[in-house]
Order: sequence, then structure tokens, then C-alpha cells
Amino acid sequence: MNPLHILIIGRHQQIMETVVRLIESQRGWSAKGALTDDEAVALFQQENFDLVLIGGGVEETSEEKLKEVFLKKNPAVKIIRHYGGGSGLLFNEIHEAIAETSK
Amino acid sequence: MKRSDFIKTGILSTVSLGLAASAESKAEAPDLVGFNHLPIKETKTMNTVLHKAATRGHANHGWLDTNHTFSFAHYYDPTRTHFGKLRVLNDDFVDGGMGFGTHPHDNMEIISIPLEGDLEHKDSMGNVAVIRQNDVQIMSAGTGIYHSEYNKNKDSKVNFLQIWVFPKERNITPRYDQITFKPEDRVNKLQQIVSPSKTDEGVWINQDAWFHLGNLKKGFSTLYDVKLKGNGVYAFVINGDATINGQSLNKRDGLGVWDVEKLDIVADSDAEVLLMEVPMN
Repeated sequence: MNPLHILIIGRHQQIMETVVRLIESQRGWSAKGALTDDEAVALFQQENFDLVLIGGGVEETSEEKLKEVFLKKNPAVKIIRHYGGGSGLLFNEIHEAIAETSK
Repeated sequence: MKRSDFIKTGILSTVSLGLAASAESKAEAPDLVGFNHLPIKETKTMNTVLHKAATRGHANHGWLDTNHTFSFAHYYDPTRTHFGKLRVLNDDFVDGGMGFGTHPHDNMEIISIPLEGDLEHKDSMGNVAVIRQNDVQIMSAGTGIYHSEYNKNKDSKVNFLQIWVFPKERNITPRYDQITFKPEDRVNKLQQIVSPSKTDEGVWINQDAWFHLGNLKKGFSTLYDVKLKGNGVYAFVINGDATINGQSLNKRDGLGVWDVEKLDIVADSDAEVLLMEVPMN
């Protein structure tokens, strides 16, 4: 599996910790979580992420602003919404995002 | 990786954060299994998709034997990920006393339908309930909840369907509902069990979706009228055999139909059918 560095943004700390843990359980994958927009922007400026997951509780206005900031710094970064809260769909979403990126 | 090996690494790592936590395995890309929501040659028209029971993703973790109509957890088939807003249809068999430890959800409409046995539910909203045969439970996970689900009985399996529908509105306040339905009201009838109207029959869902159950006697036929133009209907045969819009279906087969106004349903044997009408976009 190719290395993948993922930023997760969400408002629910326990869910975000779960998602980070699940991603990091995969060989070659790493993740950072942000509970606030400021934290997300700071992390994105410091590190090179391949994928951003917008999790539960993130308002649409925040989502749009964050997308603008992220794409300005890295137009190639893939930004997707995460549904379901960590378990069943997480790996599917990431696989789909990777597949689309590699097309 | 062979499919059977892939499946062994299965969903256990993701769905079970409590009792069942074991392998947060290092998954590899899976084999492709089955078909997606696009037309396939086995179907008789261009606006249907057929998922035979045996083509579903399968994982047996000992305590949990599960079948995934659509990609779920480590079962990933990029051509078979959803039918419109219907994202998950899992057919779970859980051993006595076992179950899914406390785990999170957000932004998903989650419907549980016990087919056999009793399921004990606890969640972070303070709900503690047993879901039995003829009950239907729904959770709008919204901004986030934690819950657990266990087989209430120690000496017998529970078989239940867990169905996930993408929400119409994201980030709503989490909510829970459960209704007991009369089985006699679905004998040779389609009984509405899920609806988007709080004043209509069935549990309320945060989506333009309607679910119906029918226990149809052999030879009985009926029509289902699509409620909302543009919606599709995914039919799942829980038991028995039925023909829907000309497509013969057997136990646990699924058929998705779209761009139609009606479904023509014929029971080829005594049959139990679940219809899930959902937006396609």
C-alpha cells in the first residue's frame, strides 16, 4: 500500500481519535486530526497531506473556506466528506479517493 | 490476495471497538466481487441492477457472520458501492451474547431490522432498548453518537439487517426512534416502516426515502408506486422467491430499479420482501 498522509477535520473529539487510530492501523498510512479550522489550517501549512477528510459537525461555511485555503497551497490535494463516523465506510472512502486521484 | 484471505482480514477491525476488537489488519486492495449500480447483462432492462445473494461480500469472524450487499469496511468493490443514497445493506448473524462494542457514527441514517432474535442497543444519547423481531430502529447519527449492539440472548443467534442511508441534511442533532409493527398488517400488503414524514407511518428518516415490508403468499401479486419522481427502489428478498419487474429473485437477492413509476411484484413462493425507495442523486 502506498504511503498516504491524511488530515481529518471534525468537531467530535472521540470520533476523530477513532478515525485517526483506524487510519494509522493501516501499513504506510498516517493521520492527523484537527478539531478547529485554525488547527486544520496550521497543520496543513506545516505538513504535506495527500487527502483531507471533512468529518461530522464541520459547517458548510468552514468547509468552503478550508477547501479554498488547502487548494491554494496544494491544488492536487483530494478533499472529501467522511460519512458514518469512522468504522464501516472509512477505508472505502479513502480507496475511492485514491482511485480518483490516480486516474 | 485471494478473496477468501481478504475477507478473513474483514470488517472486524473497523466495526468493533469493544468486545470484538482484534485485527486492525493491514488491508490490501481487494478482488472485485459482483456488480455495481450500472446495468448488467443478467438483467432484463437497462434500468435495473441485480445483486445475487452469493455475490455479496462475506466475512466470518466466528462470532459474526456477515454479508455485504455493498462495499463495507475492508470489503471494497469500487463498482459496487451504493444504490443512490442507499450505502450499506449488511445481513449480520451474531452469536449468542456477542456483539459490536461501543463504536461511533456520524452523518448517517442507520436502520436496524431484526429478522430473528433480539438485539440489545445502548447509545450515548441515553437510549437503552431491546430490538426484537417486528421492530424497526432508526438512528440519525448526525453530529456524532456512540452506541453498542449485542445479541440479547446467550444461547441463540440474532440475524438482523443493518441499512445505512446517506442523510439529506448533514450535521443534524442525533436522534433515535423505534417502532413495533404488526406482522399481520403486512400479509399480502406492503407495510410502510420508514418515511420522511414525521406524521406518516413508520420511523422518520432524514432523507426522501420510504421503506416497505411485505409478507406475500405464493401467487400473490401487487404493485408498488414510487413515491417521489426520480427515486429508485432497491428490493431485497428476505425469504422465499419473487419476481420483480420480470426479474426472478431468490432468498437474499437484491434488485435495484430506477427510472420507473411502479414495481410489479409477484410472489413465486411465500416470500418476505423489503423495498427501499431512495433518491438516486
